[in-house]
Amino acid sequence: MIRITRKLEFSAAHFYHNPDMSPEENRRVFGKCNNPHGHGHNYVLEVTIKGEPDPETGMVLDLKELKEILQREVADRMDHRHLNYEVPELAGKIPTCENIAAVIWNLLEPEIKQGRLDRVRLYESDDLFADVTADSADGSGGRA
Amino acid sequence: MKVSLTRRYHFAASHRLHSAHFSEAENQRLYGKCNNRYGHGHNYILEVTVTGPVDSATGMIANLGELDPFVEREVIEPFDQKYLNEEVAEFQTNVPTTENVVREIHRRLEKFPAARLERVRIEETSKNSFEYSGEERQ
Repeated sequence: MIRITRKLEFSAAHFYHNPDMSPEENRRVFGKCNNPHGHGHNYVLEVTIKGEPDPETGMVLDLKELKEILQREVADRMDHRHLNYEVPELAGKIPTCENIAAVIWNLLEPEIKQGRLDRVRLYESDDLFADVTADSADGSGGRA
Repeated sequence: MKVSLTRRYHFAASHRLHSAHFSEAENQRLYGKCNNRYGHGHNYILEVTVTGPVDSATGMIANLGELDPFVEREVIEPFDQKYLNEEVAEFQTNVPTTENVVREIHRRLEKFPAARLERVRIEETSKNSFEYSGEERQ
């Protein structure tokens, strides 16, 4: 089994606000991230695919094809966008690193036809990232 | 689908690798430069990974507003700018190798109430890293 990882960078704006909470509660729970004007990040996405190399091509999958999938499914949707307003898959969700990574997993999983999606890692900054894997061994299970 | 969140923290500390189980000469042979009697230090990078359900109200596994002060209180404040051998009780008896440091930090962070601690990883230098996820169930 081989794992290969491709990186993609995109820049986007967001803020955290739950309309079911009072303004005070939003500020307490989300702190600076509740600023209604939003703020932004340079996100770094690492997508890992696992599989056996094809004996004829020597590749698990064609990286050019993976690059096109990442461009179409992620960059075209999210790069230079406001995640609260412009990404339908995030509608009704707080655009945290956890939720964005889970949405990206759901977008990519059906597109990976050679090999299998193993991990989505999304860095919001050098010091914060979320990982999504297929494993639900901790019992939390289900789709986030 | 399983989602986890990893936060990186930084602390600087000094240590000396020296075991009471061995003679001076054996310590010198075993630990080499790291046995220097005056100690030496590192800029440690600490990665803390938590997992659990993503709360639909907050979109979070753990609120950094809770995780950051918890790690600050349990690890950064007692370890940062300290001589681990003398100023952290655990290392008055155990050698502060990064294996032992990662296990001690895991022990301190395991009681984080808001999410399950999945892994602690430490980069002692850019070339050496150590991970601990608790004792593995066979």
